[in-house]
Amino acid sequence: MSTRLANGGRLIDRTKPVSFMFNGKKMGGYAGDTLASALLANDQMLVGRSFKYHRPRGIVASGAEEPNGLVNLGKGGRFEPNQRVTTQELYEGLEAASQNHFPSLEFDVGAVNAKLAKFMPAGFYYKMFIHPRPLWKHVYEPFIRKAAGLGKAPKDRDADVYEHFYHFVDVLVVGGGITGLSAALAAGRAGARVLLVEQTAHWGGRGVVDGAQIDGLDAGAWVKGALQDLEKMENVEFVSRCMAAGVYDHGYALAYERLTDHLVDKSGARHRLWRIRAAQIVTATGAIERPLSFAGNDVPGVMLASAVRDYVVDYGASVGDRTVVVTNNDDAYRTAIAMKSAGLDVPAIIDARPAAGPLADEAKALGIRVLFGAAVAQVQGGKRVTGVATCSQAGEGAMLEEIPCECVAMSGGWSPVVHLWSHCGGKLLWDDAQSHFRPDPDRPPLGADGQGFVTTAGAAQGHLSTRDCIETGHEAGAAAAIAVGLSGNSGKPAGGDAPEEAPMEPVWMMPQGAPYKLRSKMWLDYQNDVKVSDVQLAAQEGYESVEHTKRYTTLGMATDQGKLSNINGLAVLSNALGQEIPATGTTTFRPPYTPISLGSIGGEASRDLFQPLRKTPIHDWSDANGAEWEPVGQWRRVYAYKRGDETTQDAVNREVKNTREALGLLDASTLGKLIVQGPDAGKFLDMMYTNMMSTLPVGKCRYGLMCNEQGFLMDDGVVARIAEDRWLCHTTTGGADHIHAHMEEWLQTEWWDWKVYVANVTEQYAQVAVVGPNARKVLEKLGGMDVSKDALPFMQWRDGTLGGFDCRAYRISFSGELSYEIAVPASQGAAFWEALIEAGGEFGVMPYGTEALHILRAEKGFIMIGDETDGTVIPQDLGLNWALSKKKDDYLGKRGQERSNMVDPDRWKLVGLESTDGSVIPDGAYAVADGENANGQRNTQGRITSTYFSANLDRGIAMGLVKDGPNRMGEVIDFPKVDGKVVQAKIVSPVFYDPDGEKQNV
Amino acid sequence: MSELAKVTRLALRGMITFRGDVSSARVKKAIKAATGAAVPKVRSISGNRDGGVAWMSPDELLLMVPYGDVQNIIADLSKALVNDHVLIADVSDARAVFRVEGVEAAQVLARVCPVDLHKDSFDIGEIRRTRMAQVAAAFWRDETGFEVICFRSVADYVEALLQRAAQATPVGALGGR
Repeated sequence: MSTRLANGGRLIDRTKPVSFMFNGKKMGGYAGDTLASALLANDQMLVGRSFKYHRPRGIVASGAEEPNGLVNLGKGGRFEPNQRVTTQELYEGLEAASQNHFPSLEFDVGAVNAKLAKFMPAGFYYKMFIHPRPLWKHVYEPFIRKAAGLGKAPKDRDADVYEHFYHFVDVLVVGGGITGLSAALAAGRAGARVLLVEQTAHWGGRGVVDGAQIDGLDAGAWVKGALQDLEKMENVEFVSRCMAAGVYDHGYALAYERLTDHLVDKSGARHRLWRIRAAQIVTATGAIERPLSFAGNDVPGVMLASAVRDYVVDYGASVGDRTVVVTNNDDAYRTAIAMKSAGLDVPAIIDARPAAGPLADEAKALGIRVLFGAAVAQVQGGKRVTGVATCSQAGEGAMLEEIPCECVAMSGGWSPVVHLWSHCGGKLLWDDAQSHFRPDPDRPPLGADGQGFVTTAGAAQGHLSTRDCIETGHEAGAAAAIAVGLSGNSGKPAGGDAPEEAPMEPVWMMPQGAPYKLRSKMWLDYQNDVKVSDVQLAAQEGYESVEHTKRYTTLGMATDQGKLSNINGLAVLSNALGQEIPATGTTTFRPPYTPISLGSIGGEASRDLFQPLRKTPIHDWSDANGAEWEPVGQWRRVYAYKRGDETTQDAVNREVKNTREALGLLDASTLGKLIVQGPDAGKFLDMMYTNMMSTLPVGKCRYGLMCNEQGFLMDDGVVARIAEDRWLCHTTTGGADHIHAHMEEWLQTEWWDWKVYVANVTEQYAQVAVVGPNARKVLEKLGGMDVSKDALPFMQWRDGTLGGFDCRAYRISFSGELSYEIAVPASQGAAFWEALIEAGGEFGVMPYGTEALHILRAEKGFIMIGDETDGTVIPQDLGLNWALSKKKDDYLGKRGQERSNMVDPDRWKLVGLESTDGSVIPDGAYAVADGENANGQRNTQGRITSTYFSANLDRGIAMGLVKDGPNRMGEVIDFPKVDGKVVQAKIVSPVFYDPDGEKQNV
Repeated sequence: MSELAKVTRLALRGMITFRGDVSSARVKKAIKAATGAAVPKVRSISGNRDGGVAWMSPDELLLMVPYGDVQNIIADLSKALVNDHVLIADVSDARAVFRVEGVEAAQVLARVCPVDLHKDSFDIGEIRRTRMAQVAAAFWRDETGFEVICFRSVADYVEALLQRAAQATPVGALGGR
């Protein structure tokens, strides 16, 4: 059984016991434990079930590469699935539950899949579920969706907050092992601004565990000194529990710092996402040990050799009393020696090679039996290891001996962590001697200057000795400082030891001639249940590309993204295809290195800060006076002002009628306001608008249409000429920023020599539409300027004061009523609005919202950008030919509107539509025509663009685009509804109300 | 966790958008006369809050003057530059102004703006127009902190944003720790 040893464990504090819950059972650990080490200390070997076959799964690794130890962690607003036990630090009260089993971890009915394994080969889902087709939607997909996914989805809102931190450095060093420390020291001494990040809570990496000697010191003591040196440098920042997640173009990198995941106190930001711009990046990301492929290599108790010694050395946790080491390299002997030093037994070291280096002699001297040329034929045991059967590596698996044990420590060699190097295009080369891919220093990721901006060092570059790690780290740090133009002295690298080791030997299968029976029990990908036999089958079925094989077999597609399985899988595929591994290549490495929380990506953008809310100066008044809000871009506009317990529709009807009969006020502050000024401003506006703006006299207004180059309508609004060389262009609410940018783009890229400036002054003004038969009366009551018919005629503006407020009054109307729009400085907006409400009391004033605005304009047949237009509509479709200047040689869209499709007489054109039963036709409804199209769908001849209940007309009214509509007045067409019924509508003029415009002309 | 800096919303300030040829001697003279401050260098700000000029783009300046003086200053400027191609507009009411005060003020902004705020990179007198979380903003550094301007409509958002960003632990990576 796995247990806590009486002694040892450099990272735990035995004076600080910590209790936690696993699957509802209370367990104990120590401060400094990871959840993984604490589970092992409690003999919890079984931690989960695999995805496909529901095989029992135990902890394999001790770090970020762990594929099996995934748990549902926390509860309520802090519940999170798929958390790795190896990277989760223990804290008092932690709650975890294992995943992917029913009803319990120990007894899982899904495990029956394992018995069916031979019927579920690679590509099983593709092969099985393709026929018959209808079953996919109704049977297969719902079933697979239910079975898919390891953890549970959180149900509650995330209780935590998150933050971003933007940081700019000369050199980003990734990895706080001795290589990274060495690089940071060199770059820091040279004067570079350095950020050093380490994903774990501890500095020094493997060097400390493995007892490296540096400058005559134990690695641990040297690391402590290095950190003290870095602390003294003001230009160096080092952050632990901070994983560099991705490297992107232009030296952009993301690092993910976990601030409270290890604490009982969860206050403050949970994660900090560092958004880094680095001139140079050094990846000292180390290497990951590879498993070996032998039958039963997934039985709980089979672990990476390095992990087995990590648990003993770092946490004083042993997997079992007897550990059999299986290896193809010298490094694994360190595990055997570490076990012996901890007083544990090592019955045998099974070395696939014919001989080993001096470490083997050391092991033998400790009394450990070493079997050369040997292999594991089969691991014995179900939910935990009970022993191994050995065989000859050269043979086909004939059993030689059975060795009882509780732990199998395997090592297939080391693979450099090349992810960050590869994210932004760094290339790899195959290192034959060590049988791994490592960064090719001649083909780094390139920056904007064509030079590499990422270098690697240490184990990440394939250097496995302490001496080489320190030296290459130092070199990379010093070179990075030089690359950013610094000439400070980087000093000399520390001196590390480099014990002699015999070369490793690639072993991709154990034994090399294993028959199918064994191969179908050799796991490559533990999480997704991909075996050697699956990859071989894929190759046999014609999958040659590694990317295709990955997707067909799901090799490396689980949450660990193949950190353990990748190289072994490539090697098996290469062998099956009869080609060298470099010819097969690797799959693509994509960020993030390990999963990061969605919260950290969102940063501060949650709850009230999820999105900015734009407020007009009258927002607070509206909020206090019954506003029902609707989002319009980032603005909130009032849909209707509800009174008492009336419904929204009641409020809209009341507002519509009151505005026509008495007096309405609309907050129109959101409309865009652009000043266009300069000697060429008139010429410019003649290009931007379809109408002639240059001839507009000062003091007057003109309604204008704006089209894009293709001729399609993009915006509209009233343009006022303020001075000889100055115009004010109103845009739609959504168009303010967009049209400003549109104007600037033409000025900066096409007509850069025209003398025109544009300024967006939308936010400077509060603008209030004062609408209705009593509009003039209320303004006259406020007093200050002459707003009479003669002094301020329709489509003109004047500056003046009203009720003591400085204002600009425009006599314009979007409702067909007598109407003014009054602009006052934004800071006066609320006061001016309240003055109008007060003065309007005797005239029946009521504020109205956007829905009433829409109905009022639809009653008059006025178009709305975004309703009548959708990016495919030209002014001619809407009967707006009167607004297209024929005197101008050109305007944006003119040429487009002359293309054959645009002059086609069959285009759908704007008409009014009256339902024959008076009902409101559903928005977006299509009018059907005879016959069917090529797809067997009913032909159509028009569609609804705006549809409302008009309280003034006491019936439904609609506008729509209908084929040849204006020539079909009086005709009745059919609009099928979603309920299967049909509403009939008569084609009429779009102007439903006051067609002669008598109401506004007073 | 602590409060990194004190965030305060300030009163309206007189602000004038000026677009024109800022290299012209006549423009420089008129700006100086209007504000008492010189046309600043690229990404810089000159003068003070009662008479300051901020660089906005190669042909745009933001003039800062007492709120009550705006109309007179616009009139004077327009008169002085009557023969020049310029655009002058009152934007005093279109802006909100904040103060982020304290030794760790840069820590607050570094959480919401993609700007290098290290003391060696962003000194007193520098201004940056940038993105603040999801909205546009500009800020400059003075002896005791930063002044931040944004559009009026998003003032509540920016205030809440800065307040939240101020509730954090200093990372201490911005120089002068």
